[in-house]
Formats: sequence, structure tokens, C-alpha cells
Amino acid sequence: MGLMSRASTVVKAKFSKLIDRAEDPNVMLDYSYEKQLELLQNVKRGVADVVTAKKRLQLQTDQLEGSVVKLETQARTALTSGREDLARVALERKSAVQQQLQGLDTQVQGLEAQQEKLVASERQLSAKIESFRSQKEVIKAQYSAAEAQVRIGEAASGIGEQMADTGLAIQRARDKTEQMTARAAAVEELVEAGTLDDFTSDGSTQLDRELAALASQSEVDTDLARLKAELGPGAAPKELDPAAKGTAQ
Amino acid sequence: MGEGQYRVDDGLLAGLNELDDEGIAAVEGGDEDRLRSLLEQMSERVRSGGEPLDDGDLSPSDLIIPPSDLSLEEAKELFSGDGLIPDLPAE
Repeated sequence: MGLMSRASTVVKAKFSKLIDRAEDPNVMLDYSYEKQLELLQNVKRGVADVVTAKKRLQLQTDQLEGSVVKLETQARTALTSGREDLARVALERKSAVQQQLQGLDTQVQGLEAQQEKLVASERQLSAKIESFRSQKEVIKAQYSAAEAQVRIGEAASGIGEQMADTGLAIQRARDKTEQMTARAAAVEELVEAGTLDDFTSDGSTQLDRELAALASQSEVDTDLARLKAELGPGAAPKELDPAAKGTAQ
Repeated sequence: MGEGQYRVDDGLLAGLNELDDEGIAAVEGGDEDRLRSLLEQMSERVRSGGEPLDDGDLSPSDLIIPPSDLSLEEAKELFSGDGLIPDLPAE
């Protein structure tokens, strides 16, 4: 059995539960319509949840970008004060945050595309439910019980597919958002706590860690050299700025 | 999946079936990138060569193409038990 036929079978099986409910076609039509409205509400709520989560993530990303700027400033201040060790810590932290931000940004963009599709499916679903509403009155008026059964079955499974389909899309978007939120929270913690010790340890291999450490190290060195160059040879140690010292520690 | 319904002609369907067979092979061979690329190709063919159904049309679909970011794990779930689709909250 192919992927396409299997996906259809699964979707149809899920929805057949709903349409086997009542013997009387009229009752079934009304019941089915009520259920559809109920499910549509769930879909709308689901879409809204995903949109909210995405906005929060974007906001978090903005804040983290702000912290990159702040860390750069701190490194500069530290270096001006002759505290290369502090500058290094700040730049290391900056590099770590930047690495995490890169992936997050791509994911937020992906979610954006998914959100557009979700909104489109929600609109389709609404249109189908509205069409079902008008067709059900026609079916009630014009068909015998036996014929009505068949027609309801067709219409309801058409809608059922759309519902199962939209439901799955929302579930997947929610899962993705949750993963991303967890990751953003981890980066935030990193910024707040300023500990980098376990930063590369989640799920990566020893080699990955070493490579990441190397890359990050050389990035920090380059960054440090650039700052030094910018500040010029005359950047003699000045009086230590207590505020900068406090935040960079 | 999730992108509306389209009517496709026999020629396009034959092409889809070939890609579908390759998709099964990719699942069996554990090649996720290949699976995703095939699913994307399938969706793209339907989008570009199919005729979109009106939003108010209530016809059921004969076939459903799984989402193109399907993971191998999800593809396996599709073939076992309840499959991918979450239970509808209507029970």
C-alpha cells in the first residue's frame, strides 16, 4: 500500500466514527453540523495559539539580538578598561547566543510559512461547513431516507477529511512551536546565568563539541583582535567601570 | 495534505503513483531526505498540474498526499495502528 492511499485510509477511518452516529438522516445531519461547528472552533483556537506562540518567539529573538549588542558593548568597555579576561567572557557569551539565534531565526520563518497554510485551511474548512449547512437542508427536503444516507455520508466524509487534515497541521505546528519555545528559553537562561559550561552538551557528539569549541574560540579571538584594533594601541587601561564589571562577571 | 483539494488527470496520477512507490522505498531504506523530497515533488505536481476544487465543494478525496516535512518516524506511524491523525476531539 502506498503512502497516499494509506494516508487517505487513516483519515477516512478517523472520521467514519462521526457519521455512524444516528439512524435518522435528519438527526444525523443536524448532529453532524453541530459537531463541525464545534471542531471549527477548536481549529480556530489552535491557529490562534500557534500565532501567539510565534509572536512570542519573534519577540524573544529580538530580545536576544539586543543582548548580542549589549555583550559586544560590554566587551568593548572591558577591553577599554584593560580587562581582556572579561572581554573574552562577554565575547564567548555573544558567540554562543549568536549560534543559537541563527537556527531559531530560520525556524521562526518556517513557522510563518506554516501559519499561512493553517489560516488558508481554516478558511477552506469554514467554506465547506457553510456549504454543508445549505446542502443539508436540500437533502432533508428532497431525498428519501435511504438516498439521504448516501449523500450525507459523502458530504460528511469530505468535511471530515478537511477536519482531520487541518487538525493534524495544527498539531504539528504546535509541536514545532513548543520545541522552539524550549530552545529560546534555554538561550535566555544562558544569557541570564552567563554559564556556558554545558552549552554544547545537549545531544551533540564529543567531536561536535570540540569543533564547536574551536569555531567559537577562533571567532572570539578574531572578535577580540578586531575590538583591540578598533580601540587603537593607545587604549591604555582606564579606570574600571563598576557597572560594566558587574554585568560582565 | 493541509493545502486543499485538487482534481488530477490520469497522466498526473500515474506519475504520482511512481513517486509514491519510490517514497515507500525511501521509508524502507530509512532515507528521510529522499522521502521529503519525493513528497514535496508529489505536492508540487498536484499544485501545478491539478485543478483546484472550490472551497465549498464537499467531495471526499480519493488520495491524500502526506505533508512534505513528514519524518521517517511519522511515516512508520502512518503504517501502524491509528496512524498520524490525532483523535478528533468530538467523541
